[in-house]
Amino acid sequence: MKIHLTSVFVDDQAKAEHFYTEILGFVKKHDVPVGEEDRWLTVVSPDEPGGTELLLEPAGHPAARTYRDTLVQDGIPLAQFAVDDVQAEYERLRGLGVRFTQEPLEMGDVTTAVFDDTCGNLIQIATEPQ
Amino acid sequence: MSDDLFKALADPTRRTILDELAEKSGQTLFEVCSRLAMKHRLGISRQGVSQHLAVLEAAGLVETRREGRYKFHDLNTAPLRRITERWPLPHPDSHPHSRPSGPEDSTS
Repeated sequence: MKIHLTSVFVDDQAKAEHFYTEILGFVKKHDVPVGEEDRWLTVVSPDEPGGTELLLEPAGHPAARTYRDTLVQDGIPLAQFAVDDVQAEYERLRGLGVRFTQEPLEMGDVTTAVFDDTCGNLIQIATEPQ
Repeated sequence: MSDDLFKALADPTRRTILDELAEKSGQTLFEVCSRLAMKHRLGISRQGVSQHLAVLEAAGLVETRREGRYKFHDLNTAPLRRITERWPLPHPDSHPHSRPSGPEDSTS
């Protein structure tokens, strides 16, 4: 068994597409209309075009709002992405106006930081332990 | 009020939380939990950390601040003044046995 797709709920798919591709640097993999307004919208890492897809899923379900608002209030990220250098990525994203709720924090052999994806979620970036 | 202060300071985990907030003020619950788990290897649940923060908040040592959708915890050391008001520190010049004052107690 492999993890080939995972998802985050987003407030607005067009805004999410912009943030996840233009700001974070992922590339769009699938974009298929579903129903009247929704899309099956996935992105992948440019480093791994055949890797795990991230589904940017409409947060239409009433439970999604409560779930996400409660997590965001406590600063809990919904997903984690690996980067080579958290500090460098922090500075790059900050330069693009991204809001961080946790600045780079070195904890043993792992460094993490947490930012707002502008679509209702917090995302953690982390260095992979060598 | 003083009872709240001494109760808050009596617990080693709560003192560690204050150490971490002294290092960086303005932490989310998630960051406080991460620091305790990853830096201090303390196996405390998020709910447990939340309760410790509530005790510190009741003592006035931690203040919470809402900013948009986020909630941050800040350190407030002002209540500690009550300790030295009750038991004043020796004046550095007037006391022959006093040690040089500094940010850290240098006994070594």
